[in-house]
Amino acid sequence: MTPTRRKFLTALPIAGAGVLGVSFWRILHNMNDGSFDPRAVNNPHVGRPIPTFSLPGIIGQGDGFSDHDLRAQTRPVLINFFASWCIPCVQEMPGLRAISRKIPIWGIAYEDKPENADAFIKRDGSPYERLAADRHGKTAIDWGVTGVPESFLIIPGGRIIWHGSAALDPQTFENEVLPRLAKVGL
Amino acid sequence: MKQFTTLLLLFSLFIGGGIALAIDTPEEMLPNPVQEKRAEHLGAQLRCLVCQNESIEESSAPLARDLRKAVREQVAAGKTDQQIMDWMTERYGEFIRLAPTFSFATALLWLMPAIAIISGGLLAWFAMRRRPIAHAPLTEEERIRLKELSGQE
Repeated sequence: MTPTRRKFLTALPIAGAGVLGVSFWRILHNMNDGSFDPRAVNNPHVGRPIPTFSLPGIIGQGDGFSDHDLRAQTRPVLINFFASWCIPCVQEMPGLRAISRKIPIWGIAYEDKPENADAFIKRDGSPYERLAADRHGKTAIDWGVTGVPESFLIIPGGRIIWHGSAALDPQTFENEVLPRLAKVGL
Repeated sequence: MKQFTTLLLLFSLFIGGGIALAIDTPEEMLPNPVQEKRAEHLGAQLRCLVCQNESIEESSAPLARDLRKAVREQVAAGKTDQQIMDWMTERYGEFIRLAPTFSFATALLWLMPAIAIISGGLLAWFAMRRRPIAHAPLTEEERIRLKELSGQE
């Protein structure tokens, strides 16, 4: 065992531990400042055309809508999957009402009884321009929804340019959604 | 002591259960046992996106139930395993596969066991091939002691 070799073998585990330490620190740091989310689901739908669907309306809230109606829009639209039984959706509502003054929001009630969805919307005033019911969550699966609330930004022609899988608030809307619109010149 | 035995019994029941399938009702299952088996096998490879470390067969989340149903509908409609997997990844991305597919990004993950065994084997081989350590010759005292011990005069 030559001295250089011994030094090398001693340094090896120390260097390994150092590399691990730095990696762990970086992961934790990024988790703290929000740039890394280990539970984030990579979303394959951004940049794609909207899936085909046709949903009925909610009694007392007008007719439903389909991918056809969405594609025919000449302005961007926010699609928001929600449910009356979902607590983050309740918390999201005031923010959605503020956002709805800047961009039309179309709501899709996910696995919700129509009467419950109806009562939920009527409670504090609706942020939604149009409403539809996805009674058994089939359409939500086609959109890649993993839970409510989730929102999508659709540009004219029916392309998805943003997907958020958390409650949407005005701040997120300013920081994440509006820049996407600016990028495509809307 | 008695409580402990009861606990142990309960625990062994819990462990002995194997994979607990989360099928809520027998109606969820396909009437054809061959098709049902295929659906369960497929479901076991699909991640529940709500709980993330359970398969959709194990999870009791509503989304998992809906995805189980989707798998069974497609199995019954005669879709191949490949087609069903593609249908899922098209909607939820590669993340829904519990076993990631082999690609440039996952190569290290898949090859690591082989790399570890080969490099470990090489290390061991080199270590064994090393020259044996030369022993220092016996001192005069040791030689006399050895003679006494071995009984040679």
